[in-house]
Amino acid sequence: MKLELSRVIQGRSRLGVLKGLGRTGQDSMEVPGCLLYTHFGTVPHLTQDTLHSLSNLPPVTQVTLSNIAEHQEVLEEFKDGFRKFAGLHDTLLYCSLHDPAAPCPTGYTTNKTVSVWGSGGRIELTVAKFMALQKTVQPDWYQSMADGETWQNNTSRKRVRKSVDRTLTHLDECLVVHQNSQELDGVEVFGVVEGGDILEERVRSARETAKRPVAGFCLDGLQTGSMDQTLRTQLIAAVTKELPEDKPRLLQGVGTA
Amino acid sequence: MAAVIECGADTDTTPENHMSLKKTLSSASPLTLRIVAECSVTKARACDLVLPHCTVSTPVFMPVGTQGTLKGITVDQLEGLGCQICLGNTYHLGMRPGPDLIEKANGLHGFMNWRRNLLTDSGGFQMVSLVELSEVTEEGVKFKSPYDGKEILLSPEKSISIQNSLGSDIMMQLDDVVSSTVTGPRVEEAMHRSIRWLDRCIAANKNPDKQNLFAIIQGGLNADLRKTCLDEMTKRDVPGFAIGGLSGGEEKDDFWRMVTLSTDHLPREKPRYLMGVGYAVDLVVCVALGCDMFDCVFPTRTARFGSALVPWGSLQVKHKQYAKDLQPIDPDCKCPTCKRHSRAYLHALFKSDTAAMHHITIHNIAYQLTLMRSVRQSIVEGRFPEFIRTFMKRMFPSRDQYPSWAVDALASVNVTLE
Repeated sequence: MKLELSRVIQGRSRLGVLKGLGRTGQDSMEVPGCLLYTHFGTVPHLTQDTLHSLSNLPPVTQVTLSNIAEHQEVLEEFKDGFRKFAGLHDTLLYCSLHDPAAPCPTGYTTNKTVSVWGSGGRIELTVAKFMALQKTVQPDWYQSMADGETWQNNTSRKRVRKSVDRTLTHLDECLVVHQNSQELDGVEVFGVVEGGDILEERVRSARETAKRPVAGFCLDGLQTGSMDQTLRTQLIAAVTKELPEDKPRLLQGVGTA
Repeated sequence: MAAVIECGADTDTTPENHMSLKKTLSSASPLTLRIVAECSVTKARACDLVLPHCTVSTPVFMPVGTQGTLKGITVDQLEGLGCQICLGNTYHLGMRPGPDLIEKANGLHGFMNWRRNLLTDSGGFQMVSLVELSEVTEEGVKFKSPYDGKEILLSPEKSISIQNSLGSDIMMQLDDVVSSTVTGPRVEEAMHRSIRWLDRCIAANKNPDKQNLFAIIQGGLNADLRKTCLDEMTKRDVPGFAIGGLSGGEEKDDFWRMVTLSTDHLPREKPRYLMGVGYAVDLVVCVALGCDMFDCVFPTRTARFGSALVPWGSLQVKHKQYAKDLQPIDPDCKCPTCKRHSRAYLHALFKSDTAAMHHITIHNIAYQLTLMRSVRQSIVEGRFPEFIRTFMKRMFPSRDQYPSWAVDALASVNVTLE
């Protein structure tokens, strides 16, 4: 994908079109724009027919591994990817790690694993399992595996540093598997910027992630209500300064104006 | 999305019919029944029921939208499935939001934005279903509201007044309903009181030129009481009759005998509405016994539990065996759910979102409406007995699994199941 900017205001606000989306590379999306939030491919409470009675829907559907992980076996047998499994036509697919609208319990990540919560409870993901899932989902792009458990206020500096380091390691490992997977041909990866509420760690995470061959960036732990507004704005500004201009920045869990 | 099915689409447009249709529409009656075909073997009929909002093809199954909606689906979806008439409930809507608000919203049609026909039940059945909260006197039924603890008196006059505000095309009389498992003098008392309440309802109807008031035959499982009720109620000039007080927990052997007794004594040229019947086998048999209209919460309620209705019974979508089943619920079904989704996806979706229930609801309504359409077509084409046999063969793995009550009931109208 490629971000073509048409206007930038005060060096910060950006207007443009994200082109070259999708496996065919033919689709595009206007930015700023939002993704279509779903539970397992279904917009909450709506059947596809009811959904399509609305116009101007976002061109990208978001699904999350929290809903999908427990169905790995079925999807593996199905083979043709999540989009087809869910009966989704004419939409791009983005796969996030966690549900951006639901808070995540903390205290379960390790050096090698992160956890997601399905209907039956906690499911632990290693990079291997994470990538196996992406291969069954076959999204147009996905968020790399990340340690995002630093969203609570007053997380220790040591913990925040660890999450930045782990996230970078996970990204590197995911990229290796990605590059060796035929099933993920044409699929792109977003790196994840961590760093809690510590400016230096945020900058470090952004700088390091930008060195990797990712198509865009998820800014994690900055969802609505996560921290003081002023601090949040500061952190976002510092992070975006480190990121390449021609790659999109995805902020998850932002719902109000 | 399935093509929208035209309401009252009629293929018979000879000048003669056109003239007679014009004549019936210009008369004051808000209901006209045209008998299109009668089965030469059973008591079944296929009719066109002309109502204020559109014509309904019978036999018809009417889905139940108790609180002014079918849970989980929109009116557009309901219309798209070809539904021509559905139900609302006087007791529930009368409690909330109340008749005044609904009247301001242009009646229940305006409130729901439903442009086809509506039938409202009187609140009588709630006397049984909510019996803990009710007390019956000659005046009416006293209810303690489960919503706010207030007491209301639902009299025949009050029920009709609420239904007049709702503006339904068909209104039901307030009847004194007893559970079909009750025996003794209470049954007779209720039957006689229902007749008196029918007269009070007729007197209270402010809109006889726009709204059709149906009588409800009571009498429990007692043939004499039923016959008395039939004799009396058919003396009143109402546009249609319902057979009530059945489809509770009674034995099916008693049930069908009361149904056929009732249709034997109801006028041919008025519609017969059998209340509370919705299982596929029951529908097919009771059409053979001469009923035209049916309602039941079963298909929509069971959908919310993950149970999908199919020609060979039902399919429990939430069951593990469907986790990897990539077929649609019914490969022959043309509903929006079956056109797009597999059992496997729906099975998984049940763990993530309520929309799974809505998908099954849509399918189950499509199933019921398609069933009735096929029944009607077979009557029109003079092959209803054949249809019944094929239907039963598909529904049951073997002949000795046919319910004996159904075999007996069908035999009574000259259909033998080999």
